[in-house]
Amino acid sequence: MAETIAIIDYGAGNLHSAEKTVVRAAADAGLDHRVIVTSDAKTVRRADRVVLPGVGAFGACRQGLAAIPGMQEALKEAVIENAAPFLGICVGMQLMADRGFEHGDHEGFGWIAGDVTAIKPQAAGLKIPHMGWNEIVLTDNGRRHPALKGLAPGDHAYFVHSYHLVTQNMSQKLAYTEYGHPITAIVGWDNLLGFQFHPEKSQAVGRRLITAFLQWKP
Amino acid sequence: MLKARVIPCLDVKDGRVVKGINFVGLRDAGDPVEQAKIYDAAGADELCFLDITASTDGRDILYDVVQRTAEACFMPLTVGGGVRRVEDVGRLLRAGADKVSVMTAAVKNPSLIADMAEKYGSQCIVVAVDAKQIAPGKWQVFTHGGRTATGIDAAEYAKQAASLGAGEILLTSMDRDGTRDGFDLALTRQIADQVRIPVVASGGAGTLDHLVAGVKEGHASAVLAASIFHFGDYSIAEAKRHMALSGIPVREI
Repeated sequence: MAETIAIIDYGAGNLHSAEKTVVRAAADAGLDHRVIVTSDAKTVRRADRVVLPGVGAFGACRQGLAAIPGMQEALKEAVIENAAPFLGICVGMQLMADRGFEHGDHEGFGWIAGDVTAIKPQAAGLKIPHMGWNEIVLTDNGRRHPALKGLAPGDHAYFVHSYHLVTQNMSQKLAYTEYGHPITAIVGWDNLLGFQFHPEKSQAVGRRLITAFLQWKP
Repeated sequence: MLKARVIPCLDVKDGRVVKGINFVGLRDAGDPVEQAKIYDAAGADELCFLDITASTDGRDILYDVVQRTAEACFMPLTVGGGVRRVEDVGRLLRAGADKVSVMTAAVKNPSLIADMAEKYGSQCIVVAVDAKQIAPGKWQVFTHGGRTATGIDAAEYAKQAASLGAGEILLTSMDRDGTRDGFDLALTRQIADQVRIPVVASGGAGTLDHLVAGVKEGHASAVLAASIFHFGDYSIAEAKRHMALSGIPVREI
């Protein structure tokens, strides 16, 4: 059955590359999905799958989302009550946490136990932001996750961030990447999935991950 | 481990790539869209699109060309040339750029960097520094393709840009640009060692060993090159293999 994939547009950057990647990934998988970039709460509420991108600061993204009437409630209804598969990307993933400490103290969705804090490089010479291609290392739970089956050892994805999600419940951490210390790369729980990196900027690896997300039946 | 990035650069003049790969069978070597597709398939880590005459002509960048180029990219795209106002960043991001490079306007008014970073986030603000050596261990910022001296010390300016919220420095040696004699390693190292944000080395890459030196001796996080890829001397894969053999962590294709 053709599904509707809603990519939420709340003023956090250009969503065109996310849209184009989802469209191409759906075509790769032979899926006849409808991909909609939307800032309409009703569309999100009825969506079969929801993608929440995010670029910029945690607080600004949170405010952007809150500024759209009914959007937070619609997101909760679609994802938590109707259990539509959800994918958060970059700050969209960080918003899944309990709290974010970028420029102040902000509340997250509380879907993944943990806080978003500044990356503090322990080794000298490590630059902030953590910007570029880094290797995705799956945890035991990550290796068992059906939406991550397309990832092979040595696969790299494109990261750009200065804050990271420190998970409290280790079973919700599905992958990490090394940057002086392990940085959470993928989180997941139930029908929820979050990527710290940008699949839409990660060439073939990114498209494979999106394809798997579109095929995933949690 | 984070990998050193290899970034091909498209120098675009009037919507046409001036240093284009000239492959047999390529329909239009001057079309940035065709070039972007090739680099995406070749596994470039990022792509840089510079409208090299926008600033000197005092005109806006060609948004439609940027948009069509971004269409072909499944990798990060940095766009620069003629960025003067905070709103220019928004327009370029909407056209599909992931990062926007600002130079002349930020030299004239550094607080522009802070305004841009505050509005769009540091991650997408690249400050381009064109530097020329003026004395041993001293480099100065130049604008307008190296023709206009500013009297500003390059390292001091880079530090100021970083503290104002730049996410990356694109550092070009105007002494080496176009020479193919290699990056100015002393300049690159001086700046890379003094700022906490990534530095992209640019200007002068002519061999694969130059790319290696940019990272190993220049301490750059990424190396940018135009001619060595465009003229088909080396492929992205060859560049990465050579860097890997020299002990530099890269994303191999």
